[in-house]
Amino acid sequence: MVTKEDVIHVANLAKIELRDDEVEKFREEFEKILEYFDVLDEVPEDVEPTYQVHDLSNVFREDVPGESLPRELVLMNAKHVEDGYFKGPKIMEG
Amino acid sequence: MITVKEWKERLESESCYDLISELFDRIERSKLNAFITLNKDEALRLAEEFDRGKLKGKLAGIPVAVKDNISTKGLRTTCASKMLHDYVPPFDAHVVERLRQEGAIIIGKTNMDEFAMGTTTETSFFGVVRNPFDLERVAGGSSGGSGACLGGEESVLALGSDTGGSIRCPASFCGVVGLKPTYGLVSRYGLIPYANSLEQIGPMACCVEDCALLLEVIAGRDWRDSTNAGREFEFRPVDRKFRVGVIREMGGNDDVMGKFEEVVNDIVRPNFEVVEVSMPSFMFALPAYYIIAMSEASSNLARYDGVRYGYALEKLDTWTRYFSKVRAEGFGEEVKRRIMLGTYALSAGYYGKYYLKALKARTLVKRDFERALKDCDVLIAPTMPALPFRIGELADPLTMYKMDVNTVPINLAGVPALSIPIGFVKGLPVGMQIIGRFFEENTIFSFALKIEEALRDEVQRKGVA
Repeated sequence: MVTKEDVIHVANLAKIELRDDEVEKFREEFEKILEYFDVLDEVPEDVEPTYQVHDLSNVFREDVPGESLPRELVLMNAKHVEDGYFKGPKIMEG
Repeated sequence: MITVKEWKERLESESCYDLISELFDRIERSKLNAFITLNKDEALRLAEEFDRGKLKGKLAGIPVAVKDNISTKGLRTTCASKMLHDYVPPFDAHVVERLRQEGAIIIGKTNMDEFAMGTTTETSFFGVVRNPFDLERVAGGSSGGSGACLGGEESVLALGSDTGGSIRCPASFCGVVGLKPTYGLVSRYGLIPYANSLEQIGPMACCVEDCALLLEVIAGRDWRDSTNAGREFEFRPVDRKFRVGVIREMGGNDDVMGKFEEVVNDIVRPNFEVVEVSMPSFMFALPAYYIIAMSEASSNLARYDGVRYGYALEKLDTWTRYFSKVRAEGFGEEVKRRIMLGTYALSAGYYGKYYLKALKARTLVKRDFERALKDCDVLIAPTMPALPFRIGELADPLTMYKMDVNTVPINLAGVPALSIPIGFVKGLPVGMQIIGRFFEENTIFSFALKIEEALRDEVQRKGVA
């Protein structure tokens, strides 16, 4: 069972604003899709999980500063720029 | 369809500039909608360079189309999303650097499902891609534009990306060749991420040899992708009696199975050793794939905040309201669906039931492949379980997800798989997928070359086109 509250909860976590009609549509779809996923209940518990397919270890490099992108290239896709910096929304209300 | 060999023959009698101009005329008149952005000025400039003898390399003067989730410096890269509709990357992806080094002419960025999430290219913000063999049908997805531009003679080579079948599905639906390389063979640096542990950039082409050639160019070491295996690829065809496993659990409808079995019986059996293999874990593969892909997507797509790049609102609001509105307006429905389901699968209380179980199922799928590939050189199956769908036919998301049933197990295991065309049913192409061991693309291509030759003879013998 997926409730409207479940959908609103994940939408809040994922930071996606939903309209009321979208909430109901996603609720119905999620219920069907999650029910289909239930077959995984039959996967035995005593199996190791595979996060990645190769036995890779971390890749390190020397901690020396490299070349960075020039500031104007970094900022060229931003819509809100001030004094050579990104300008973001307020973190605190008020 | 235009092979590299044919293109080179044309270059002997015509200028590259004229050939590339003709290609753009064709694209601009086309109804396929295979491209989102064309790279006309640069392409024509490079063609002129070729004509002056200044452009060198393995792919000198050859047109290549690049999927629009692969970063191209100075050339708009949208992921077919409103979120990135005006995004211009400040750097090239590793594979694009390699294309440039080898003298390739990048003609444009190809249409795709939004953020590569889909099987039909119907989720593109820029509209559906049409199938070159029937304009009322889809070209497959998510690399639909890359498949269609080859099938429609609008390019000679193309790059796609494959997270759960996104190269092989459009290759199958458009009658072309496409490879999902071994995980780690091709650097993902500059590929806009959807599900990192599953996806690879891969080559698409009009014949096996061309596909292998493009892989030679894009495979190789790159420290900027920490999962890169640091291996090169060189195609050296081998000729031997391969042991071929037919996967019992990968099937299709009567149209597809009729053609697949015909090829197995008429061409594979007489020339190779054939056994049937069973992969019991495949019953878990589709849900495991979707849970892992959606979970990784929910994390990856958190970067779209409307601040540093991408879709933004005129006025900055408070953080939560601004962020939530940007994402509500910038993402399409399928992207929202996958982000939210991924968020759900990773959320407190459900992690063990969904995400962890999916990772355990992944281990079982990988073991099944390892076991089968110990006994067989290659495994074969139909690439897609059905012929190309009518546009709008798969309205329900779960129905669409189920169409990936034959392609997703490969990505879970990380093994390589190639889709090659094996003929037509009702005027529509059918594809066969050839799966091999880790980093044994050479075996896959060698076997595929034999099938391609045998089918050519078969077509000639029967006198049908």
